[in-house]
Amino acid sequence: MKRVFNTQMVPLLSVFAAFSFIVMMFNLPLPGGTTGHAVGVGIASIVLGPWASILGISIALIIQAVFFGDGGITAIGANCFNMAIIGSLVAYAVYRAVSGRAAITSVRRVVAAGIAGYVAINLAALAAAVEFGIQPMLYHDASGAPLYAPYPLHIAIPAMMIGHLTVAGLAEMVITAGVVAYLQKSEPSLLKATAPGPAASVSEPELTNGWRATRPLWLALAALLILTPLGVLAVGSAWGEWAPGDFSNPAVRHEIASASGNQSPPIEAPRGLRALSSFWTAPMPRYAPPFLKSPRFGYLLSAMAGTGLILLVILGAGWVTQTRTG
Amino acid sequence: MTGFIERTIAHLIAASERAALAEQAALSPGALQSVDPRVKVVGLFALIVVVAASRRLRTIAALFAVAAILSAISKIPMRRLAAWVWSPVLLFTGAIALPAIFLTPGREIAFAITEQGLRAAAFLIGRAETAATFSALLVLTTPWPWVLKALRIFRCPLILVAILGMTYRYIFVILQTALEMFEARKSRTVGILPPAERRRLASSAAGVLLSKSLHMGNDVHLAMQSRGYRGEIHLLQDFRARTADWCWLSGFALIAAASLWWGR
Repeated sequence: MKRVFNTQMVPLLSVFAAFSFIVMMFNLPLPGGTTGHAVGVGIASIVLGPWASILGISIALIIQAVFFGDGGITAIGANCFNMAIIGSLVAYAVYRAVSGRAAITSVRRVVAAGIAGYVAINLAALAAAVEFGIQPMLYHDASGAPLYAPYPLHIAIPAMMIGHLTVAGLAEMVITAGVVAYLQKSEPSLLKATAPGPAASVSEPELTNGWRATRPLWLALAALLILTPLGVLAVGSAWGEWAPGDFSNPAVRHEIASASGNQSPPIEAPRGLRALSSFWTAPMPRYAPPFLKSPRFGYLLSAMAGTGLILLVILGAGWVTQTRTG
Repeated sequence: MTGFIERTIAHLIAASERAALAEQAALSPGALQSVDPRVKVVGLFALIVVVAASRRLRTIAALFAVAAILSAISKIPMRRLAAWVWSPVLLFTGAIALPAIFLTPGREIAFAITEQGLRAAAFLIGRAETAATFSALLVLTTPWPWVLKALRIFRCPLILVAILGMTYRYIFVILQTALEMFEARKSRTVGILPPAERRRLASSAAGVLLSKSLHMGNDVHLAMQSRGYRGEIHLLQDFRARTADWCWLSGFALIAAASLWWGR
């Protein structure tokens, strides 16, 4: 079993990453008449489980950034963190929690898949918005001009979230629910890996055994994560390319512009910023514990603590659902 | 209206055309094309990091000029760079940077435009354009398998290099499959599909593609095993650095160090 998984992993992950890459190009018709693009992270987590999904989506994002120039190279770390890691873990947790012990072919699984895709994309977008939003506080030149992403949290969060709560989130919801509904009819065995019951035990040992084989990949991903602040630095291309579908869509572009345009004039902005930034950064003031003088180091530390927190929450949610179901 | 089928087909065709043109450009003669891929990966990556770290607009502008000169001596048509890199980046980043001109607090120049806002927008666009041009230079002057092999110089895990290489290969296989599926469907579609039907069509297409991909993954695994694959990966390392490559490497290092110092 171990050997099979080890040798099978290379072709399986490659082909799956290629699939994710192609699905990102699909033009999805959405309710309301617009079209959008999905990431495919929801369906990846449901069919392959969260860990393989993280690796597969990361590889697709790396190829997209390097070869096809979508998303800056230095933003790969941030992109993988938001879309692959947060997206996969959230999608998996939500899918497991909502679908519960429902049968493989039940409608509840379709609904669970839709919700999982929608929530995953929006939490990934929120993470990106927070990364953008804290940059004006950290990096600016002598005149006060922001060096990287120019918008504070109270602009970055609504601007990112409007596009994702509507178009991008819906696109992910449509594709995740649609593919699960399709697989229920044509190939339900593909949905067994993340369903409870006897089928669930098939995937678990594989994943634990696969640790040795996948270790270099996890280490590479960890290195990318450590480089995330660097990726955040080059956000110019990251924000623009992070979900190309949103920005190529005139409706969303208009929404983003109007979301930013309706903000208070410059003189009043700092007040709102102060109020909101203290709200968002409450647990770790200014993202840097007071004993750390360098804001960059503090930010890195906060990012790591944040990752740890998310992992804890996800593992906790998994434990709760497991004890309840089994 | 079945516009989304056509649009998806157009997307897929554009991606494969672009890849074909990039491969063609990478094999044609030019200055950067003749440089050892490892030198290019290290040098261009260093320049991208310097662009990201620079705190002066003049430094970013100078690095953009370096990128333009490099593409000129590598015989990459400016028209292609403009179509593939400069205009899309300007479109995306510009849309994001535009409100910043008005919203950034600072000294007002005219019509609520602040000096700091203009600088912030210039930083955003300048950085994105320059970094994107450098990464495009790497891809347009180096065949993809060589880029991957060169990644080993950063101690990139062998397994990652292998997976990236295979993924790139299978992107084209799956792209072809997707294209055929959509074309087949298009040729059988008459009249207007209701929206719900369009959504069902798109997601079943993704579902079919997913199950085809997973079956293909199994087939490829069996094919690899039958050819002696037991989990070990070997890459052929046949790069040889010549004197010219060392000169290029020193050139890259010099530009990177100077820009880093100037852009503090």
